[in-house]
Amino acid sequence: MSAQNKVLIQLYHPLFHKSRVNRELIRAIDNLDGVRIRLMYDLYPDLHIDIEEEQHLLEEHDIIVWQHPFYWYSSPSLLKEWIDVVLQHGFAYGREGKALVGKKVITSITSGGRRDVYQEGGLRKYTIRQLLAPFEQTVRLCNMLYLPPFVVHGTHMLDIKAIIEAAQEYRRMIIALRDGTISPGELSAFEYTNDYFI
Amino acid sequence: MHQQDFFHQALVYLLAAVVSVPIAKRLGFGSVLGYLLAGIIIGPFVLGLIGSEGEDVMHFAEFGVVMMLLLIGLELKPNLLWQMRKSIFGLGGLQLLLTTAVIGGVVILLGTSPTEGLAIGLMLGLSSTAIVLQTLAEKGLMKQAAGQASFSVLLFQDMAVIPILALLPLLAGHELEGAAAHTEVRQLAGIPITGWFQVVLIIGVITGIVLVGRYLAQFIFRVIARTGLREIFTATALLMIIAIAIVMDLVGLSPALGAFLAGVVLANNEYRHEIEADIEPFKGLLLGLFFISVGASINFSLLWQSPGLIVGLLFGLIGIKFLVLFVLGRFFGLNYGQNTLFSFALAQGGEFAFVLVAFSMEKGVIAGSMADMILMVVALSMAVTPLLLLMNDKVIQPLVIRTKNEPEHDRIEESDNPVIIAGFGRFGVVLGRFLIANGIKATILDDNPDNIEVLRKFGFKVYYGDASRPDLLKAAGCENASVMVVAVDDKQKSLQIIDLVQRTYPQLKILVRAVDMDHTYELLKRGIDGFERDTFESSLKLAVRALTQLGYQNYQAHRLAHTFRQHNHMVVRELFKHHGEDEKKYLSQTKKYASDLEELFRAELEDTSHHSDHSWDVESLREEIREIYAEKDKKD
Repeated sequence: MSAQNKVLIQLYHPLFHKSRVNRELIRAIDNLDGVRIRLMYDLYPDLHIDIEEEQHLLEEHDIIVWQHPFYWYSSPSLLKEWIDVVLQHGFAYGREGKALVGKKVITSITSGGRRDVYQEGGLRKYTIRQLLAPFEQTVRLCNMLYLPPFVVHGTHMLDIKAIIEAAQEYRRMIIALRDGTISPGELSAFEYTNDYFI
Repeated sequence: MHQQDFFHQALVYLLAAVVSVPIAKRLGFGSVLGYLLAGIIIGPFVLGLIGSEGEDVMHFAEFGVVMMLLLIGLELKPNLLWQMRKSIFGLGGLQLLLTTAVIGGVVILLGTSPTEGLAIGLMLGLSSTAIVLQTLAEKGLMKQAAGQASFSVLLFQDMAVIPILALLPLLAGHELEGAAAHTEVRQLAGIPITGWFQVVLIIGVITGIVLVGRYLAQFIFRVIARTGLREIFTATALLMIIAIAIVMDLVGLSPALGAFLAGVVLANNEYRHEIEADIEPFKGLLLGLFFISVGASINFSLLWQSPGLIVGLLFGLIGIKFLVLFVLGRFFGLNYGQNTLFSFALAQGGEFAFVLVAFSMEKGVIAGSMADMILMVVALSMAVTPLLLLMNDKVIQPLVIRTKNEPEHDRIEESDNPVIIAGFGRFGVVLGRFLIANGIKATILDDNPDNIEVLRKFGFKVYYGDASRPDLLKAAGCENASVMVVAVDDKQKSLQIIDLVQRTYPQLKILVRAVDMDHTYELLKRGIDGFERDTFESSLKLAVRALTQLGYQNYQAHRLAHTFRQHNHMVVRELFKHHGEDEKKYLSQTKKYASDLEELFRAELEDTSHHSDHSWDVESLREEIREIYAEKDKKD
């Protein structure tokens, strides 16, 4: 089918060689047609982002995935730098900034804490969705669609079998997004995109 | 010898080698068989170009074996030798003992006296160091289990020659006194070297070699290397070997053993690679000469007289030796594939047999007719060894591997460093320090002895030598390394090294210190794996400091440098595309890029909205918002 969405995976992981979960997630979607993976810390070891190249890639793809471990209830610093320098006025937002209209963004995170601690009455007080609000708002300002995040919880406790299961789930989701077999409307009812696949 | 005779002989030997060895190599026979055939052809029974002087040549050429053992010693660190002690004394000792017993027994059954039987057993128990090691090294088998086992056995045999020489006169029984009177006893300052005096001298000489090799050699080679004269370095290396040979001979030890010992002591010396590279061609030529003279010494008239007997004895000798070796190899844990190789490799008689036979005749232990027969069989067995190994390679090994399918797990590898750095001056040293600080081992090659001295003081492993020489690159372990850093400041030398490495070791990644634009173009042409201009980064960093002194914000200056770096990168690659096209066009391109750069720089200085500044400080956004509010105001 030629009507496939083009998917851009941006992995933000400063210690990828020590990663357990994110490495399996990447391995599960490696070599998928129409899915391009970019290891951002590998491409920009001095944190100096090539703005033109990044904007060009955004224009080429339909679905952008921000994949990263959940650091201090947010992303590693390079993603923030990327947002700061790449999503320029006149390109991503503003009267003339229409380059990204209608594209979809999904956050894919791995978190040490279990899901039940990220509840309003729980240990962490805030939900993952609340903590991700700045990212969601950024996406909205750029006239893009923010999909519910894909979250792997409790990573410290996961054994290799559970990690591989999570990776397979991730693969199913990426394929479904690529092939357009789930619509954003259907997903909006869920807190996480994971929940749709259960 | 007249000078003309000498040149005549040299012509014959060299021509024979130059013609026959390449042919033998081409046919897959290996160089040893080539030399042997050359010897047979120029020998008295085919062309008759050399006659009885062949034997003198053989004795002279045996010196090649001494050199070979020095080279082997250089490859062998003392701790590795210590690990091999079980195999040297156990495997080596049992091999000599059992082979002597079986051969002696068979010969006695054939009707000789017990003393003759024992003497013949001892002579034929030894194998040929020259043929075995040369052939195995040529096939690259020395590091395999079979190669290591063969080496252990040969080393033991080398040591055993001395007691055997002492034992043989005793076998002559009552004739002992008469015979002993004829043997010349060596003298030192008028004192005959025998008994306790000899023991003391032996201990003294060995201690001397170890001490000189360990503490003095380093200093001597450094002084010589600093003269910068290659041939004096070579002369020093040769002098060292010859001195060792003479001293060892004086106290009644095998020169080969002394050379081996010296090699082991020098194995940790930083000039090791250079010594290796210098001795190697001499060793090769002398061994070649030795093999030629072995070929020439085969007495074919004896073969024509009683072919059945000779062929029978030949097969008997090889059969017995093979069986003993095979049983022992199995006992010492060699797998089938390695064991057949090991057993075929050592199944011949050795060059020591020539010495021992002559000695025994002199002492009256064996008769002259028998001596001729033994010499004939030994020479033939040496000549067929390359053929046996070829057969093992092509016929038996495939069979063994198919039926047993054993993995080749028993390789003894030297720990070769993953990185080789050529050139360890001001540039290479930073790179090397960084690698070593991160626990990465690097082999370092440099041809400035003063550098080496300083760096060794700080614990670096630095070897002296010119990295554009193929033999040195091989010795440094290019076969097993993964990255080669060429950090020399001489452009020509740098390119020479790169060409050589690309041709010989295509798997090796090459990273280069680029000296200037011309050199950079040459590097781009060669498609190496990466390069850095040697002054570029540090100059740019200092430029950033200059900008901040002028009042620029540090981060802004840093980003300007980054932009400059990227632009420069692009410019170099663009220029390279036009490089080599006509000169005029190239020049105009240079001018164009110079003005480009000027333009870019000016733009960056005047226009504060640098590309990524635009992301943070946006005049267009301010305008847009002002307009929106203005419209709102209008509406209200």
